[in-house]
Amino acid sequence: MPYATHAGDDRSAMLDAVGVADPDDLFDIPESVRFDGNYGIEAHSERATKAAVEGILDESPELTEFLGGGHYDHYVPSVVDHLSLRGEFLTSYTQYQPEVDQGFLQALFEFQSLVAELTGLGVANCSMYDRSTAVGEALLLADRVRATDGDEVLVPESLPDRVRSVLENYADGPDIGIDTYPTTEGTVDIDGLADRIDGDTSMVYAATPNARGLLEPDLGAVGDLADDHDALFCVGSDAVALGILEPPAAYGADVVVGDASVLGLPTTYGMGLGLFACREEFLRQVPGRLVGAGTDDDGNRAYTLTLQTREQHIRRERATSNICTNQAWLALRAAIHAAWLGPDGLVDLAEECVTGIAEACKRIDDLDGFDAPVYDGNHFREALIDVDAPASDVVDHCRHAGIALRAVEDAGEKRLAVCVTDTNREQVDGLVDALAGYRGAA
Amino acid sequence: MSQEPRERTNGESDGAAGGESDVTYEQARWSEGEAYEPLLIEKDATSVSVDSSLPDELTRDELELPAMREPEVTRHYTRLSQMNYGVDSGPIPLGSCTMKYNPRFTEDVAAHRGNRVHPLRADDDKQGILRLLYELQETLATIGGMDAVTLQPPAGAAGEFTGIQVAKAYHEANGDDRSEVIVPESAHGTNFASAAMAGYDVVELPSNDDGRVGVEALEAAVSDETALLMLTNPNTLGLFERSIEKIAELVHDAGGLLYYDGANLNSLLGKARPGDMGFDIMHFNLHKTFATPHGGGGPGQGPIGVRGDLAPFLPTPQVREGEGEGGCETYEPEHSIGRVHEFMGNWLVLVKAYAYILRHGDEGLENVSETAVLNANYLAERIEYDVPYGPFHHEFVASADSDAADVAKGMLDHGVHPPTTKWPEIVDEALMTEPTETESKARLDDLAAAFNAVAATDPETLAETPATTAARRIDQASAARTPRLSWHTLE
Repeated sequence: MPYATHAGDDRSAMLDAVGVADPDDLFDIPESVRFDGNYGIEAHSERATKAAVEGILDESPELTEFLGGGHYDHYVPSVVDHLSLRGEFLTSYTQYQPEVDQGFLQALFEFQSLVAELTGLGVANCSMYDRSTAVGEALLLADRVRATDGDEVLVPESLPDRVRSVLENYADGPDIGIDTYPTTEGTVDIDGLADRIDGDTSMVYAATPNARGLLEPDLGAVGDLADDHDALFCVGSDAVALGILEPPAAYGADVVVGDASVLGLPTTYGMGLGLFACREEFLRQVPGRLVGAGTDDDGNRAYTLTLQTREQHIRRERATSNICTNQAWLALRAAIHAAWLGPDGLVDLAEECVTGIAEACKRIDDLDGFDAPVYDGNHFREALIDVDAPASDVVDHCRHAGIALRAVEDAGEKRLAVCVTDTNREQVDGLVDALAGYRGAA
Repeated sequence: MSQEPRERTNGESDGAAGGESDVTYEQARWSEGEAYEPLLIEKDATSVSVDSSLPDELTRDELELPAMREPEVTRHYTRLSQMNYGVDSGPIPLGSCTMKYNPRFTEDVAAHRGNRVHPLRADDDKQGILRLLYELQETLATIGGMDAVTLQPPAGAAGEFTGIQVAKAYHEANGDDRSEVIVPESAHGTNFASAAMAGYDVVELPSNDDGRVGVEALEAAVSDETALLMLTNPNTLGLFERSIEKIAELVHDAGGLLYYDGANLNSLLGKARPGDMGFDIMHFNLHKTFATPHGGGGPGQGPIGVRGDLAPFLPTPQVREGEGEGGCETYEPEHSIGRVHEFMGNWLVLVKAYAYILRHGDEGLENVSETAVLNANYLAERIEYDVPYGPFHHEFVASADSDAADVAKGMLDHGVHPPTTKWPEIVDEALMTEPTETESKARLDDLAAAFNAVAATDPETLAETPATTAARRIDQASAARTPRLSWHTLE
């Protein structure tokens, strides 16, 4: 019993103190619902446990991934692991006793500040689960703050099904409808959106970069349309892209959501860090925890969780969200990564996401039978590629070369998606060779 | 086998309990001017103009962030960590939070190269991930006495929401339109919030005089509008709901479902299973029961288990063993509610929890619960505050005879984290205490000494505490009145 064994004399002293002969006597459970069976789980030494779990994990091959699609890999400096794994951070609880948890509170305050700087908005919380649940919370915020007659949220037709599905669960309770507006040449079709938006619209969502890897050219026009119809304008982005993009507040975003795990977290099977920021007028409707600066009895600046009357442990069924456990440790990691990069480093990393995919597209476009990118415009990390053959065949061919690509299901099954970041940029040669080899083999 | 008497080291003497504590504590306190460790931006604010290959109209003009060299970044966060308190520092007996020691080897397992797998790989290319997901979901199903498990919900509250959505889909598939979720007054706030988020009216169930759900009150509350009763068992007072079978019968007879809040599962390992008690849906808090570190507020993971006929409604994707060569595959359950997270929640938490379970095995897990319950009972025996309800299991709620918030601040000066305060409200000035199984007798004696030292301190003195933490007491009201939420709002 590795972590919970009392020495024999301690155990008997404790049993004496509570007046029972056996700890089992302390369980006040009716016999009829007692569990008499076994789970059938064998105990392992620490070494054997590691070997067993790592043995399972090793069943996945090592591949060079060009996958993207909502989960992105950037190099995470070693210092992020070493600092965030310090036990005082890693094993601490939510900061309900702020006097003894100043360190984490300050780190979260610095994370909120980073998000505020990136989005241009006045209020940022200290995390949601992931980007999809952050959009879900935005939709609920819109439902609370917008006095529209109907409740309908407009999302681009290119919104990934995985995100759409999460939104539908969030929208189900308050019976909010989710409908799509068209895109043209990969980006928002402003006229199409103008035709769709009306007095029932409570929120318009648009992402940049969007699901096709394109940076939206005219989100100001989207914001104006939302504004004209008293709908909330919610922009989706991520913490690296925002390093070079115009802050969404500047073109009228009311809420910015997205993924911040692009800082601090490498590929980890889709684990995320939801980013959530909004205008100050919605402060008391914000979901999730907020860290504020206050003053302690010595007159010094000190940090504390604040405006907790919004939260479930106080407001219960009238809370702004049911969230309790969040992604604080990932926010700490993102903050450390950002601090390590500094503004120059963050801008350089973002710029690499622009140039890396552009160069890869240019090389792939030069291959016979490939059209890359499918849409003109400015890409960030990823792009769509058309091929004059079944995309799944191309994916299989690349897989034999140790490369993971993804086929896009629409467009007659002849479309691929490619994601290039700082961590796989040097493997683009191999990708191009594999694609060229497919043409050679075909 | 005979047990040699263990040589005692300083501070582990039997005599410490209930009396003076030998422990003193001075938390590190870095200070510069009127701030503790300054913000990075106060050390260096560097504004860079953005020079990009993108068109000007898409890009920002400038970005202002700290520009620090790695040595200074390391020092900053090291200092911040020194002004923070974790289970590695000392006990954190927060009730219903299960702040147990986090075995460090699980971090190494989580750092293994095989975790660096993208979720959009083809099934064949992520067999290691799918196998672990499959093994963990089957293991949790066994532990919970459930027929099927989804691992997707990224936290306990997300698990609640998922479970409620599953219940709703089940009722709707049966052509059954129900509007209410019943929640006992002593339940976690998330239960109320999750039910409301799913669009249900919340019916609050008063507790009986013995601190448990009253069968008569429940009879009055259930109806053909009842979609779900959400129950924590043992409840937040640490009390087992002895009438659980009658409760299940009442809810089921009314056509409702019974939901188990897994926050207190740490008291039942090897002893009882929610499925055997009549629960139809449950969530697990992997970051509590299965010891994945809480990380200052998260990440957690809140898988849910369900009875067989609810399995077709679980989120997509699910994982099963494929036919043939023993590989695993993903699939979409027939009537799936869809997704509650874009991918599979917090993967690293799943890996660590699985490693924890494997390390312990059946006997180890049962020992976890036995020791957790023994520790709570021993601590309650040692403290001088009144504990009004019992018999309790892994946690108890004591009643402070003064302001519980002051008691908590006072305890900080003794090098321990205080319990949850002023909740559940059923106990006056509540001190909700869960020491967990990983505290030794010596540390429990330290905790008891801290409780008792504070109990013996006059209220005026307590109001001046804490004195030894990095910050002194913080004015919460003024922080909320003039919210300053980023460095942009500071002078």
